[in-house]
Amino acid sequence: MKNQSAFLSRLGSGIGSFTKKNVPLMILIFLMILFSFMSENFLTSRNIITLIRQVSFTGISAVGLMFVMISGGIDLSIGSQIVFTNVLLAIMMVDWKIPPGLAIPLILVVGTGLGTINGFLCIKLKIHPLIITLGTSAIFKGFGYIINRSRNIMGFPDSFRWFGQGYIWGIPVPIIVMVVVALIGSFILTRTYFGRKIFALGGNEEAARLAGVNVNKMKVYLFMICGFISAITAVLLLSRVFAGQTITGQGTEFDCLTAALLGGVSFKGGEGTVFGLITGIIIIGVLNNAMQLASFPDFSQTVVKGSVLLIAVAFDVYQKNRKAKETVAKVAA
Amino acid sequence: MDAKIVLSLEKVTKKYPGVLALNNISIDFLEGEVHALLGENGAGKSTLIKAVAGAIDVDAGIIKINGQEYHEMTPSLSRSLGIEVIYQEFNLVPTLSCSENIMMGESVGSSIFFNSKLVDAKASEVLKQFAVAIDPKKLVQELSIAEQQIVEIAKAVSKNIKILIMDEPSAPLSVAEVEIMFDIIKQLKQKGVTIIYISHRLEEVFRISDRVSVMRDGCYVTTKNTKDTNRQELIKLMVGRELKESYPGRKNPPGDIALEVKNLTGNGDKNISFVVRKGEILGISGLVGAGRTELAMLLFGAEPIQKGEILLNGQPVIIKSPLDAIKYKIGLLTEDRKGQGLFLEMSIKWNISFPIAGRISKYGIVNTKKEDEIARKYKERINIKTPSLLQQVINLSGGNQQKVVLAKSLAAESDILIFDEPTRGIDVGAKQEIYQLMTDLADNGIAILMISSDMEELLGMSDRIIVLCEGKLAGEVKKDQFEQHYILDLASGTH
Ligand SMILES: Nc1ncnc2c1ncn2[C@@H]1O[C@H](COP(=O)(O)OP(=O)(O)OP(=O)(O)O)[C@@H](O)[C@H]1O
Ligand SMILES: [Mg+2]
Repeated sequence: MKNQSAFLSRLGSGIGSFTKKNVPLMILIFLMILFSFMSENFLTSRNIITLIRQVSFTGISAVGLMFVMISGGIDLSIGSQIVFTNVLLAIMMVDWKIPPGLAIPLILVVGTGLGTINGFLCIKLKIHPLIITLGTSAIFKGFGYIINRSRNIMGFPDSFRWFGQGYIWGIPVPIIVMVVVALIGSFILTRTYFGRKIFALGGNEEAARLAGVNVNKMKVYLFMICGFISAITAVLLLSRVFAGQTITGQGTEFDCLTAALLGGVSFKGGEGTVFGLITGIIIIGVLNNAMQLASFPDFSQTVVKGSVLLIAVAFDVYQKNRKAKETVAKVAA
Repeated sequence: MDAKIVLSLEKVTKKYPGVLALNNISIDFLEGEVHALLGENGAGKSTLIKAVAGAIDVDAGIIKINGQEYHEMTPSLSRSLGIEVIYQEFNLVPTLSCSENIMMGESVGSSIFFNSKLVDAKASEVLKQFAVAIDPKKLVQELSIAEQQIVEIAKAVSKNIKILIMDEPSAPLSVAEVEIMFDIIKQLKQKGVTIIYISHRLEEVFRISDRVSVMRDGCYVTTKNTKDTNRQELIKLMVGRELKESYPGRKNPPGDIALEVKNLTGNGDKNISFVVRKGEILGISGLVGAGRTELAMLLFGAEPIQKGEILLNGQPVIIKSPLDAIKYKIGLLTEDRKGQGLFLEMSIKWNISFPIAGRISKYGIVNTKKEDEIARKYKERINIKTPSLLQQVINLSGGNQQKVVLAKSLAAESDILIFDEPTRGIDVGAKQEIYQLMTDLADNGIAILMISSDMEELLGMSDRIIVLCEGKLAGEVKKDQFEQHYILDLASGTH
């Protein structure tokens, strides 16, 4: 009898701590249940696939952002990197007639280059990446507009259609790419020495330096990774839209950041999991989708999105404060 | 002599996941006494004082202050009752100046505006008692750990206090500053202030305390009048068994020169030259601000060298970054464990294995099996007290955090090890284990540089001692000349 109640209470507290640790997942489940009551179209496999495909582009970029964020940095230029690489890729294939097989690797190199620029500016100017990438964001986007010359670039080879519009075993290619990028990202973060160094950098930069981490080199690498991944997104988006426009990709960093914060990636660095991130991404997808199903006007959607970002930030701050309070208690060690 | 009970704990209990940090503790503290609190790392001393300070909520029990019962204590309540705590880890605001920190929470002057002149003046008055030259305008983050500790003490005693709780206040201080602190404690005591004093240095307990209470594994063991007990008895009460204290003997004599430093200048140090041999433990002594930590940082490539030469095994080398130093198999245990040593949010295992994670990786993938092995080995060897190796370091007691830093530097298997205050905050039992480990390392040909403010340890462990004073080499002392006063004279520049 006594044993049984002890077991139950342990089970109870076990579930309690699980929910506490998995707040994002709980939010997602709650939203799913809520929306499935509100619309019978919501929980159909077709709708779910559509929903995930919509956010898969953001999801891919978010993995890059997460790398930077765990190290204690931030990249606000992701959207503009996509704008630039997207337009440049269109120009390469249409104006310069470079075949996709060559243009895609080239554009990945260019994307990595944009990241390198971010990284070098950060370590040379020693200014917070928030400011640096806000600046480069305007620059990258500006160059995107310049080379685009207000055109709607079209006329890609048909073989290019597969990346954004194709399927593998009935699953859209972008979703597959997101899963692959997420799995690789997760593996790097949790299993490799490189991943450890990312957490070390975000957890305590000075301790990382004294443990032999080349802090500057790491920072540049992380921005390079972020740029590389943004270029992947650009390829998929161009193939999906099948027209080179400067509008494609704009504001991606906004959703990436919201997803990351919702998913428990800390703004301060040193914390974050791919699982949480993907949960955050899907939460955004669910919200977008529900708003579309309910045919919310565009501008209201913007209001909701902004609110969600703020809630996500508040959530991050709340968790930090709770931790800080614990830390105050712990300082006495 | 029936002194008044000013503070008493009744059946106080505090649980953490997997640990009973305080188990039904009852203790009385008397007016005007210096009451020492002893116990091994993780015994619950800090938890106890945090309960008194209201920094944590206890699960059960009552705290009585001046006869008044409090079921729930909060930081502001305890402060308003005249309780001031100097925590084991620092609580200063790094980006404010010393004087701002000292005067924080006090209203200075009459205007609502911040009168920085008045604040500086008041603060420097408080600092003057310590006879240590600290500029009150300096930012706290520019101070050394010891200087921060002095500011911390100054901050506490500048208030109108009834009970002063000091959690290992002497750990970062050297002999001279400890003396000054003792003088201040005596003055406070005469004013009727009760002092609760936590320390792992037993000789201090005998010098200043009136009574001493011992805790073990979260339980209250006993309280004794200090003059009715002795070191052996206290250790036995703390550890729960007999423990022989001694410095382990050395098997092998020092060998060839491992490290030679010629006219090293930079980071505040000037023209420092010395050698360390393989299998030698070189003690580095000096007062607070003498440039010992600065020297360690220079050797490790963490600060730029302006002038001078470093030779390893007779070959000149250039060390520009910690990464270079690590490549040359130099290891450093930093003095500032929270700022420079630990990743507080990460697990114990993660922390211990991080510096070697690269080495135990294949194709960049960390060999987690090996990682487990290494972490477990050091946890057992130096007795890191924790329910699990996956525990976040921030949840460990101060001494156990220090053990993690130590484990980290030992696991790196360096040829030359620089220890900056290796046993800071570590209990008697674990110290014995660490001394044995260091001796074994030296016997195996590792060169060890040991900076320590614990004179006994320095004399007991070193083969030779160099003394720094104001950034310069003040002298070198051979084993047969080891004598506390001589070293202190060199350190204070009066020799
Ligand atoms: N926030 C926390 N979460 C989990 N466990 C904790 C927490 N704070 C303290 N503990 C545990 O409580 C026990 C008592 O810790 P405490 O800090 O009081 O020890 P201590 O006697 O001060 O030791 P030391 O001499 O090392 O400072 C330890 O086992 C510690 O790991
Ligand atoms: Mg403690």
